[in-house]
Amino acid sequence: MLVEGPVEVVLEDGSTVRSDRFTVALCTCRRSRTYPWCDTSHRRRSRR
Amino acid sequence: MPDRIPGPETSPEGELPGARGELSQGVLDALRGPTGGPAPQPREARDADPFGDDLQLALYLCYELHYRGFRGIDAAWEWDPGLLGLRAALERRFLEALRERTAGHLDVHDALDELLVEPVDGTGVSYFLKDEGQLWQLREYAAQRSLYHLKEADPHAWVIPRLRGRAKAAFVAVEFDEFGGGRAERVHARLFADLMADLGLDTTYGRYVDAASAEMLAVVNLMSLLGLHRAHRGALVGHFATVEVTSSPGSRRLAEAMRRTGAGPAAEHFYAEHVTADAVHEQIVRRDVIGGLLADEPSLAPDIAFGIAATTWLEDRLGDRLLAAWRSGSTSLRAQL
Ligand code: FES
Ligand SMILES: [Fe+2]
Ligand SMILES: [Fe+2]
Repeated sequence: MLVEGPVEVVLEDGSTVRSDRFTVALCTCRRSRTYPWCDTSHRRRSRR
Repeated sequence: MPDRIPGPETSPEGELPGARGELSQGVLDALRGPTGGPAPQPREARDADPFGDDLQLALYLCYELHYRGFRGIDAAWEWDPGLLGLRAALERRFLEALRERTAGHLDVHDALDELLVEPVDGTGVSYFLKDEGQLWQLREYAAQRSLYHLKEADPHAWVIPRLRGRAKAAFVAVEFDEFGGGRAERVHARLFADLMADLGLDTTYGRYVDAASAEMLAVVNLMSLLGLHRAHRGALVGHFATVEVTSSPGSRRLAEAMRRTGAGPAAEHFYAEHVTADAVHEQIVRRDVIGGLLADEPSLAPDIAFGIAATTWLEDRLGDRLLAAWRSGSTSLRAQL
């Protein structure tokens, strides 16, 4: 999900993270290793 | 350790590299003389290996005049008709060969969909470096890649006047991020120089051209070629999309490689930054740059697909070259670091 930056996100533990990128991709799949930012972990994976 | 911040005393220009054959020797000889002097004739490009060291370096020299030029070389060479004539012949040879290698490629959406699938058993360079890369291989990788990353996003800036509306606005937004979002210390080229310093490499512009293999020159030459020609604006956008779409997962693996080998915080940061930045960039590029351009100029679809196919082909070829060298325990470079 793309949102316009800068953004501040309050995480479940109450802490706040911030990004001042012009647009920010928020992770909605919960798989990101850089949560709450998307890191493309949502991509379909396949055996070649 | 070299300076992290290239001060005003470092030249904006690079040094001329050494020749790799008759064509590149001819270009070097010409550049050392006054403009209008004899450059190799276009017909001399006819039989050259389109992907070989000599042609690729000759082309690289012609293109570098449009970026930062060479120390002590007249800047007017950039628009010398004789040299431009040779450049056109070199480009034709390179492009024809690329079209041949990528014939029968998919349409834009199929090509992008293919890039968006992550293999669970990938075998490219970033996988190798993540799993078993050693510091010397990371240094070689950075030295090779420095030919692009020290001018990261520059080749793409040329397409801006050739786009309009949604495609242009989105393209410029991504480029703004590549150029640091208004902060010199965040310019991606600068972040790469910091990575190089962590790896004990010389951050001087053009320092590793002599060391870089023909496969690396070809990767950079493709960007310059597509960027400099309005006729190839569709392919440039396809190229750009390919880089952005594939960057995030690859950067994650490279960041892990840097961490595992203890390369240093700046080395790790360059790739970590690209994990999140390019997760954003790829969405914007697909939706608004490609989507906008296709809405504006639907006839460019095959060119966009060609840009994707050519980039993938050249990147795979570079990856094969690096892995072949490293798997046999030898260097991927033409000159020692
Ligand atoms: S949406 Fe979760 S990683 Fe992209
Ligand atoms: Fe970048
Ligand atoms: Fe990017």
